[in-house]
Amino acid sequence: MDIIGTTNFDFIGKRKLTFVLSSTLAMIGLFAVFQIARGAANLGIDFAGGVTIQLRFEKDVSIEKAREILKEGNLPPADLQQFAEANRLLVRLKTHNEDLGPLTKTLVERLQEGFKDNKAAVEGTTEIGPSVGRRLQKDALWAVFISMMGIIVYIAFRFEWKFGVAAAIATLHDVLAVLGIFFLMGREINLLVVTSLLTLAGYSLTDTVVVFDRIRENLRLRAKVPLAETVNRSINEVLRRTIVTSSTVLLVLVALILFGGEVTYDFALALFMGVIVGTYSSIYLASPIIVVWKVRAVERRPAPRTA
Amino acid sequence: MKRSLQIRFGLVAFFALAAVVLFLPSTPAGERLPSWWRDSIPKIALGLDLQGGMYLLLSVDVEKGVENATQRLALAVTDRLKEKKFAFKTVEKTGQTTIKVLLSDGQAPDPVEKEVLDRFGEIKKGGREEGALLLSLDDRYIKTIRDFSASQALEVLRNRIDKFGVAEPLIQRQGDREIVIQLPGLKDPKRALDLIGKTAVLEFKLVDEKASVEKSLKGEIPEGSELVYQRTFDKRTGERSEVPFVVKKPILLTGEAVADARVSIDQRYNEPYVSLSFNSVGAERFGQITGDHTKERLAIILDGNVYSAPVIRERIAGGQAQITGRFTMDEAKDLAIVLRAGALPAPVSILQNVTVGPTLGADSIQKGVKASIVGALLVVAFMILYYRMSGLIANVALMLNVVMLMGVLAMFNATLTLPGIAGIILTMGMGVDSNVLIFERIKEELRLGKTVRAAIEAGYDRAFTTVIDSHVTTLITAAVLFQFGSGPIKGFAVSLSAGILINLFTALVGTQVVFDYITSRRKLEKLSI
Repeated sequence: MDIIGTTNFDFIGKRKLTFVLSSTLAMIGLFAVFQIARGAANLGIDFAGGVTIQLRFEKDVSIEKAREILKEGNLPPADLQQFAEANRLLVRLKTHNEDLGPLTKTLVERLQEGFKDNKAAVEGTTEIGPSVGRRLQKDALWAVFISMMGIIVYIAFRFEWKFGVAAAIATLHDVLAVLGIFFLMGREINLLVVTSLLTLAGYSLTDTVVVFDRIRENLRLRAKVPLAETVNRSINEVLRRTIVTSSTVLLVLVALILFGGEVTYDFALALFMGVIVGTYSSIYLASPIIVVWKVRAVERRPAPRTA
Repeated sequence: MKRSLQIRFGLVAFFALAAVVLFLPSTPAGERLPSWWRDSIPKIALGLDLQGGMYLLLSVDVEKGVENATQRLALAVTDRLKEKKFAFKTVEKTGQTTIKVLLSDGQAPDPVEKEVLDRFGEIKKGGREEGALLLSLDDRYIKTIRDFSASQALEVLRNRIDKFGVAEPLIQRQGDREIVIQLPGLKDPKRALDLIGKTAVLEFKLVDEKASVEKSLKGEIPEGSELVYQRTFDKRTGERSEVPFVVKKPILLTGEAVADARVSIDQRYNEPYVSLSFNSVGAERFGQITGDHTKERLAIILDGNVYSAPVIRERIAGGQAQITGRFTMDEAKDLAIVLRAGALPAPVSILQNVTVGPTLGADSIQKGVKASIVGALLVVAFMILYYRMSGLIANVALMLNVVMLMGVLAMFNATLTLPGIAGIILTMGMGVDSNVLIFERIKEELRLGKTVRAAIEAGYDRAFTTVIDSHVTTLITAAVLFQFGSGPIKGFAVSLSAGILINLFTALVGTQVVFDYITSRRKLEKLSI
């Protein structure tokens, strides 16, 4: 079976439009990075420091009432979240406080007193002190930096350097785009989201490498054909593979989003968006970049053969 | 069958079998396996997020440890100077590492200084003041104390946790002053936290009978005395109370003199209490103290909180003492544990505490398994729909992949975490990519008019570099995640990178064997792909 037959789409021809789209996505991502650096983003408590408490009540619980209960008294504002099961509640509180044990205790006691006729059991708690949060932030930044360097070095080693730079730009674009979308959605940026961004970097690069491999192969076979045509042809040739692989990855991610529970939800969601963006970028960003780059180089200093 | 084919078949079969042998004991079915099998094979460990338990990152306040060491040295210097009959008023700790000896009139400082420096290698000169001798801790000794505080804290905590009774605890030092504690399957996190967090410094001090508590509360505390409180909390009534005591500063005896601590039950009130027995030095000292101070009250202070302050009726010679208080049985037991395990050389603070209840862990496993099964089914169905017979072959490779991944995780005794399960699910989706690359290539070659056999050969051949390239890129990020990630993330990196490496094998060797086998049997006119 074939989803599509032999195709002949003009991907490169739309490059002006897609460059604008890609730049916009990347700009949103850069804005998000800026906001994170400024402390204005919704960071998870693993980065910001604070407390999360997961409670399971005997009966269904009203999140509004819980919010009311926690509002009283001089507690820092807590963020409440409810899951598919209406008897479960997640309380999240960001604070730079060092001594978190008593805070957790107060929150739990407050809620247990507030819901007297609905017994609550603590299923899990996480307390992260500010120093640990800072350390995790630093580690995450290093991880992003080093994996980016590793990717560029590998691609530069395997391909011509222009390919390497194009692939790195596309990969960075994907990471920024997903980060930006997460930021706009107001979703929490936590350790697992950063993990998914790094995983996405690996995946997106794979996608780009597959396209580049074919471009390189076709360049050798068809030296006289204009570059844009060769690139277009290459993308079309691997298009089925791109669609099939993205589909299988998206399928498992859908399974993870629907059934994996709240811990892996953000992780899977970020990757889901990442796979779509990554597939887009290897076709509409990475490939046009090498076309623009090479074609210009040829125009400025015409090669004797094409003249 | 050709010989090379046989070898490759054997290889795949061997690895698959080895994987099954390795990972079966880690599954629920493992309990029914014969014990020679089950016990001789490492198992996949479940992370704390899956089996429930507590992860603690503690920071040892080593600076406080240095301060305590200074305090101890000040006491030792006092004893020494008394013994040598020097004329001095007090020896006091004045800063974190400094001690001041206040000399009596007419006492020359030089011989005192010489005596102290000769006797205590850890003390160096600190200068002079009018009628006083200044001393300070040697820099090298300070460094030793810092290191010792952390390693000693580790020992004490290990001791306490062993006595508390948790299966397979992990207690490790991390960096200069941090300690990581993992308590899997812990039932009562609150109690464990109390037990671990308690510094458990036990001190015996005399109550200053001449001082007035009222005046001291207003700030008029007599020289050489201090104010301490007996804080109690009645669980039944929820009442908190605070009783102030004025005690004399010198510490007469510490928890170091305790040889054993046990829980006993008071027959009259049916209340538990902790009975202490001192070691020989402690017993002698205790006898001396109680003999010298009959009719006075002796305050028993733990971590700055007065537990009781009984009147000494007579000299106690047997080296036994009791700590009473309104304990519950668990509290008394835990107090006995910390007294037996000894005090922490310095207080610890909790930097990170992740507690996962067993229900939450079980819930996560269930969700992870469900997501895995659904994900696998979706991919399998997709591959069969799209590639037919070849899809089936890819699916066999996929299953082989998962089985071998489990086997490798078991072999390395790896820890499976919730993100780790996500990693396995992800490898299923990404893993078919190699086969997709190869199959699409084969299709292209077929379209060019090649025979089935030539197309398969060319497909594997041409897709080879692309498959390698695409795996290396993911491996780079997985390696970085492993290096920088904390517990659960490491689990993800492990399953992802192992999954990718195995995939390389199943895709390049596994499926090709099947294709080669099919084409070697008969000449195919058409390939179901």
